[in-house]
Amino acid sequence: MAEVPSETTVREKPVEQVDAVVIRFAGDSGDGMQLTGTQFTNESAIAGNDIATLPDYPAEIRAPAGTLAGVSGFQVNFSQARVFTPGDRPDVLVVMNPAAFSVNIADLRDGGILVADSDAFTLSNIRKAGMDGDPLADASLTKRVRVFAVPLTRMTTDSIKDMGLPNKTMVRCKNFFALGLCSWMFNRPIEQTLTWIGAKFAKSPALVEANTRVFKAGWNFGETTEVFVHTYEVKPADIEPGTYTNMTGNRALALGLMAAASKAGKSMFFGSYPITPASDILHELAAHKNFDVTTFQAEDEIAAVCAAIGASFGGALGVTASSGPGIALKGEAIGLAVMTELPLVIVNVQRGGPSTGLPTKTEQADLMQALYGRNGESPLAIVAPATPVECFDMAFEAVHVALKYMVPVMILSDGYLANGAQPWKIPDYDELPDISVRYWKGDLGFHPYLRNEDTLARPWVIPGTPGFEHRIGGLEKDYDSGDISYDPVNHERMTRVRAEKIERVNEDLDPPRVEGSELGELLMVGWGSTYGALAQATEELNAEGLATGHLHLRWLNPLPVEELKRIFARYKTIVVPELNMGQLVRILRERLLVDAIPVSRVQGQPFKVGELKARVKAIVEEGR
Amino acid sequence: MSGEQAKLSRKDFVSDQDVRWCPGCGDYAILAQVQRVMPELNIPRENIVFVSGIGCSSRFPYYMNTYGFHSIHGRATAIASGLKLSRPELSVWVVTGDGDGLSIGGNHLIHLLRRNLDINILLFNNEIYGLTKGQYSPTSRIGLITKSSPLGVADHPFDTVSLALGADATFVARTVDTETRHLQEMLRRAVAHKGTSFIEILQNCPIFNDGAFEDVSGKGSRIQNQLVLEHGQPLLFGSEDARMGVALGKDMSPQVVSMDSTPEEEVLLHDETNEALGFFLSRLERPEFPVPLGVIRAMDRPIYEKEVAAQAERALSDMGQPDFNKLFTGGDTWTVE
Ligand SMILES: Cc1ncc(C[n+]2csc(CCOP(=O)(O)OP(=O)(O)O)c2C)c(N)n1
Ligand code: SF4
Ligand SMILES: [Mg+2]
Repeated sequence: MAEVPSETTVREKPVEQVDAVVIRFAGDSGDGMQLTGTQFTNESAIAGNDIATLPDYPAEIRAPAGTLAGVSGFQVNFSQARVFTPGDRPDVLVVMNPAAFSVNIADLRDGGILVADSDAFTLSNIRKAGMDGDPLADASLTKRVRVFAVPLTRMTTDSIKDMGLPNKTMVRCKNFFALGLCSWMFNRPIEQTLTWIGAKFAKSPALVEANTRVFKAGWNFGETTEVFVHTYEVKPADIEPGTYTNMTGNRALALGLMAAASKAGKSMFFGSYPITPASDILHELAAHKNFDVTTFQAEDEIAAVCAAIGASFGGALGVTASSGPGIALKGEAIGLAVMTELPLVIVNVQRGGPSTGLPTKTEQADLMQALYGRNGESPLAIVAPATPVECFDMAFEAVHVALKYMVPVMILSDGYLANGAQPWKIPDYDELPDISVRYWKGDLGFHPYLRNEDTLARPWVIPGTPGFEHRIGGLEKDYDSGDISYDPVNHERMTRVRAEKIERVNEDLDPPRVEGSELGELLMVGWGSTYGALAQATEELNAEGLATGHLHLRWLNPLPVEELKRIFARYKTIVVPELNMGQLVRILRERLLVDAIPVSRVQGQPFKVGELKARVKAIVEEGR
Repeated sequence: MSGEQAKLSRKDFVSDQDVRWCPGCGDYAILAQVQRVMPELNIPRENIVFVSGIGCSSRFPYYMNTYGFHSIHGRATAIASGLKLSRPELSVWVVTGDGDGLSIGGNHLIHLLRRNLDINILLFNNEIYGLTKGQYSPTSRIGLITKSSPLGVADHPFDTVSLALGADATFVARTVDTETRHLQEMLRRAVAHKGTSFIEILQNCPIFNDGAFEDVSGKGSRIQNQLVLEHGQPLLFGSEDARMGVALGKDMSPQVVSMDSTPEEEVLLHDETNEALGFFLSRLERPEFPVPLGVIRAMDRPIYEKEVAAQAERALSDMGQPDFNKLFTGGDTWTVE
C-alpha cells in the first residue's frame, strides 16, 4: 500500500488506488473481531480481490476482559495481484482496546493507519494492558503511524440509544461500527453485509436493526466527518473466471471427504472427539447427515478411530480427525488398520506441541509422528495440503488412495490452513472423477489377503457377503492363506508388502513441480501450510535476481525419490523451511543424501516472508 | 454358501482353525454353547460378526465360522460400535475378557452400554489376565496371590454386573461356563433383547486362577451358592431339603432366610425391569449370600443406531436428497467473468 499522504483538510474525498492492503482487526475476545474480519473478507472477495486471511485467537474462550491474554485478532490481505499470504505486517490496524493496541502495535508498518476506539482507552483499561499514560497521544507513535482515535463506543450507542436496548447490548454492536468504517475506507460493496446481518440475527429483529444502524453509522462517519481525508480502492485481481466462495481449510476438508466418499459410492463414517483446531470438521460433517454421512462423537480419540475402523470393516469409508494429542492416542489403532489393510483416512490438524502445547496456534511438528509414531514397521501414506482450498483436493486424493490400496492415509493439515480462508473456485461435482474401486473378480478363489496384482490391495469383502465368511485381526497373517502366522520369513514378506503398497501410490501421483526458477542458486522445499510464504518469497527473490525454485511436496509418503534427486541436482543450495525443528529436512537428507539445510520456526505463527527471505539469503551467502 | 439358514447346524459355525486354549479352559465350553445356539437364531451366517479385543478369550472369533475381527486390547466395543452404526442389519457380537473389557477397555464398555446399540457382549470373567500369564485383573478378589501380587491383591475389585447396571445397561445377565443350559438360555435372551445385551460369564482359568468359581460351579457347592433368577419368581435357592430365600430386612438390607420358618410372601420376587432390585441383587456378596445368575435387568430404551438412522431420515426429508453443487454454492458466492 502506498504511503499515507499527509495533506489534512480536503472537502471532497478522493479515491486513492492501491495494489494491496493488509488490515488487522484486534480486540477483546468478546468483541467479535473474528466476525468482523470474516465479513470484511467476504466483502473483499465480492469486490474481486484475491485474499488470504489469518485468524489469531486466544486459547481461553473468555480470558478476563481487557487483558493481554484475551486479545483476539483477524488479519486479511486483499490485493489486485495474486496473494500468497495474509501479509507480514498490517497497513491498517483497528484496535478496540488498549490491550489489543499493546499486543499488535509493533506489527503495524511505519506510515500505516491505526484506528482505535478512544472510549476504551480509559486509565483502568490502559493499566490492565500494562501501560501507563495514553499511548495514543505518545509522540513517537504519532510520528511513526497515522493515528485515528475515534470515540467508537459512544458513537455506537448514540446511533441506537432510542431503541431502548440495555447498554451492554448496545456496546456489543461496536464491531459493526468498525466494520462500517473500514468498509467505507476501502470502498467495499456492502449489500451482502446488510443481507448477512439480516440472516445472522434473524431471531432478533431488534439486533438486526441495531447492527444495521451501527454499521451504517460507521460508514457515514467516514463519509461525513473530516477525520478521514480519502478512501482507498484495490482493483479486482486477475482471477480465473468461475464462481467462487470463501473457503476455510477445515470446511474444504469436510467437503472433499464427502465428495470423495460419494464418488467412490461409499457411505462415510466419521468418528471424532472434539479438539482444537479440528472440531470444525466434525461440526461441518454433522450438518450434512442427508449426504450419507454418519458422524459419531466418541468417548475419546481411541474410540473414534476404532469406530471408524469398524465401519470400514463393514464397508463404509471410515474417517477420523483430531490434532496431535489425539493422534498420539490413535497410534495403536492406526497400526491395526495398517495390519488389517483396511481403508481409513486420518486427519491431523496440527497445532503447537508437545502435550497440550499451543492449542490455537499453528505448527508442522507432527510429520515424524505421522511417519513413525506407531509400533513396528507401520507405513502410512501421508498427504499435506498446501492451502486452505487445496484441502478439498487432497482429501479427495487421500480417500482415493485409501480405497484403492486398502491402506490408512493421513492428511496433515494445521491450524493455519484449518481456519485460514481463501476464495475457492467451486468445482462442478459432476466433473469430479469417479473413484469407485473393484477389488477382486471372484474367479480366483478367495482368502482375505489375496492381493490385486497392480495395487497389492487385498479384497474388501464385507460382512453380509454369503460364502466368504472370514476373520481378520492384528496378528500377522500368512501371505498365502490369510490365517494367523508366526513364520519369520512370512512376517518379513508381509512387512515388505505393506511397505510396497505405499510405494506404489507413487504411480498415481502428479510428478513434483517446481515453481519459480527451473534451476539456479536456490531451491526451497516445503510442505503444507507454508506454501504461501515460500511462494511469495520465491517471487520476490527471483525479482531481486536470486534464481530461486520452489518445490512444495504434497505427498510426503511415498516420496518420488528419483525425481527429487534430479530436481535437487539443478540447484546450488537446498533449504527446507518448516514450522518445526527440521523434520522434512531430515527425511530428505536421509532419503536423498543431499545437504539440505533447515530453516526452522516454532513460534506458533506462519513464516513472515521478510524474515524467511533474510534467512535463506544468509544461507546462500554463506555457501558462496 | 449359507442362505438356507434353517439347515445350519452347529458344525456350520465351527471354523477350520485349531482351537488353542489350554486343556480344561472354560472358554471351550462357552464356544461350544455359542456354536450350538447360533443355528437356532435363524440369522444368516454371513450376517453374524464376532469382534474381540486381546486376551485368551478374545481368540474366540477365529474359531467361529462367521465374519470376525480380532482387534486390539480393549477396543472391541468401540470397533463394534462403528460397525453396527454403519451396518445395523448385522448381528454383532463382542467377546471380551475381564482385563480387556473392564481394565483397558472399561471406558468404551460403559459408553457402549449407555448408548444402547443392539450388540451382544460376552464378557469372559476369569478374574485373571490369562494371556499374559497370570497377573491380577480388575475383578480379582482382594488378597489373591498372583505373579504381580505376590503379597496379595490390594485393589478393590469391580463387580461386573454392578458396573454394567451403573452404566445404564438395558440388559444384564450372569451365567457360568459349566452351566450349559443356563448359558444357552442367556444367549437366547441376549439375542432376543433389543439394545445392548451384556452377559458376564464366570469362566474358569485352570492354569492361573483355578477354582475361582468353585462355589457356583462345584458339584457339592453350586446348589447352595447359585441364586437362579426368574422373572416374577421368588428369590429362592438351596437344595430341596434346605430351601433358602432372599428377603428385605427392616433396615432395607438383604437377608437370607430359611424357608422352613418363613412364609414365601416374605421373599422378594424377581423383576427384571426393577432397576433398584437389579442393583440390590448385584450387591449380594459371597459367601454370606448366593451368587445371582440369570437376567438381572432387561428393559427397553431407544436403540442408538435406530435413533441415528432416524436423524439421517429426518435430515433427508428436511434438507432433501444430497446435492453437492447446491452444497458447494450454499454460502456467499461471487462470479468472476
Ligand atoms: C495395549 C496393550 N497392552 C497390553 C497388552 C497385553 N495383554 C494382552 S491380553 C492382556 C490381558 C488379558 O486379560 P483378559 O482380558 O482378562 O483376557 P483373558 O486372557 O483372561 O481371557 C494384556 C494385559 C496388549 N496386548 N496390548
Ligand atoms: S491361560 Fe487360562 S484363560 Fe487362557 S487359555 Fe489357558 S486356561 Fe484358558
Ligand atoms: Mg481374564
